[in-house]
Amino acid sequence: MTGRRIGVAVAILALIAVPFVIGEVYYVNIASQILLYAIFALGLNVLVGYAGLVSLGHAGLFGVAAYVTAYLLAAGYGHLVAILAAIAAGLVVTAGFAALALRATGISFIMISLALGEIIWGLAYRWISLTNGDNGISVATRPAPFGLPLTSARGFYDATLVVFLVAVAACAIFVRSPFGAALCGTRDQPRRMNTLGYHVWMIRFWAFMFSGLLTSVAGILFVYYNEFISPQALALTASAEGLLMVISGGAGTLLGPVIGAALVVIVKNVVSAYVTRWNFVLGAIFVLIVVFMPEGLVPGSVRFWRWVTASRRPRVAATVVERESRP
Amino acid sequence: MTFWLLLTVNSVTFGGLLFLLSAGFSLIFGLMRIPNLTHGSMFMVGAYLGTSLLSGALGITLNFWLAAVIGAVEVALLGALMERLLLRRLAGQQLAQVLVTLGVSFMAADLCLMGWGGDPISVATPPALAGFLRFGGAVFPLYRLAVILIAAVVALALWLMLERTRLGAMIRAGVDDPQMARVVGIRVSQLFTIVFALGAGLAGFAGMIGGPILSVYPGLDQDMLPLALVVVILGGTGSLLGSFVGSIIVGFIYNFGQALLPELAYFILFLPMVLVLALRPQGLFGGQVL
Repeated sequence: MTGRRIGVAVAILALIAVPFVIGEVYYVNIASQILLYAIFALGLNVLVGYAGLVSLGHAGLFGVAAYVTAYLLAAGYGHLVAILAAIAAGLVVTAGFAALALRATGISFIMISLALGEIIWGLAYRWISLTNGDNGISVATRPAPFGLPLTSARGFYDATLVVFLVAVAACAIFVRSPFGAALCGTRDQPRRMNTLGYHVWMIRFWAFMFSGLLTSVAGILFVYYNEFISPQALALTASAEGLLMVISGGAGTLLGPVIGAALVVIVKNVVSAYVTRWNFVLGAIFVLIVVFMPEGLVPGSVRFWRWVTASRRPRVAATVVERESRP
Repeated sequence: MTFWLLLTVNSVTFGGLLFLLSAGFSLIFGLMRIPNLTHGSMFMVGAYLGTSLLSGALGITLNFWLAAVIGAVEVALLGALMERLLLRRLAGQQLAQVLVTLGVSFMAADLCLMGWGGDPISVATPPALAGFLRFGGAVFPLYRLAVILIAAVVALALWLMLERTRLGAMIRAGVDDPQMARVVGIRVSQLFTIVFALGAGLAGFAGMIGGPILSVYPGLDQDMLPLALVVVILGGTGSLLGSFVGSIIVGFIYNFGQALLPELAYFILFLPMVLVLALRPQGLFGGQVL
């Protein structure tokens, strides 16, 4: 395991070094974007990868936290109040989502989560007196924790990196905890887990809450990054982008969503620089990945690596594709 | 009084449109066990194709109804193609199928934006129905009444097809128990294509019929898809009666909500869905739990 520790240390140092290596503000900003979307993807992965519940409404949760932050800041409250209130609101809405969507699993869960996400989008878009509709809400300032201003691209990158590392550590602990193991159990064998005395619904509920917490944090970072929020950030496209990050990287792995987030953010920025057809490309990548590489890039590469070295017995990696066929 | 009467007619009209949209959605869900996330796109593509046919894409300017029907047939063919070429490859992998329909819906939305531009296209009401019907003090647009009539006729035809024909019996068998249906010799995979094309065609037809009321614009697909979802969650999957009742309920809530609480109309729309999910997860008329 020492090799792994060294790897982690090198990765953290490399992430810290990013702004020094790439001096240009534009690229540092893209790196910040990757990190904040990676937090979003990590949160979604808790549900998609470990609970086996595919949500298409997570952009709604992301948006609730983002809008609450923006609204309170615009109303003149301080950063601490805005951030705490945003997390609280995100968690309350997540609990509501969970209570409704967990009435079902599998395909119906997708449908209900999609509908719930669209409600939030609809509110952001149409409740103009509160959200300013399509024009969105602008945020004038970024916070300065411990006297360190986040106004520069590098300052913001460093702050996002700290939050990101905490999120990754939280996920790693979560996955290895007995609760994480129980969650995987409810994903693979819900009935058996129930027979063994686990409260399957409750386990899923708390996983949903954890997912919602990470998503809310990403939403808050998003507002501070863009200094603006509009309904577009909550649209179904945004939920689908998040899902693509999780699936392309490899659902149910710790690093898959991070790599997926990097991939999607980079492709999105590159594509947008040349053509205005991001939605088409997004849809096409979706179809291609689902048809040709459903297990994602990370498990796919891991499997390939194991096959090459052939030092361990081949193991079929977890995929997001339906594990349990309902009667 | 007149206000309420007019609102009621509008609600039923919108409910009729929703029924045309969601009947196919519900049947596809009932049979293939997947929500077809391209259903909103089919509605929009049907409308766009219809407007092009109206303005003479075939060299002659077609009559409104002919344009609607030809547009619907084209959308049905596209639906059948998609089922055969994409969904068929992923048979048995429901999650993958849902994600593919999602991907295709994004591609379709962008292609429509490329083909027809970003400006809303208004569809002229067919001249024969441009008039009004006076009843008491109220004035009703003839076209809206016609839409109600069309929806009722389609509902009746669908019901007869499902209940009285051999194909309908096969579809019902497939919805109830696909494995058993296969065992008794029904080619369920062929039914998939037929139902998918039928649902696509109905959605495309609804798009054009709805044109004079809603007009056609980018984002129409994303406006309609959640409505179809709500109708089906309300009414229950695979049930024609369910989508009928669900559509009418949603039609009323949507129109009354928009008239009384315009900012929150979209939110109110989802309340009955929340209630149904909490109290009766299989939907009002659904046999199976979601």
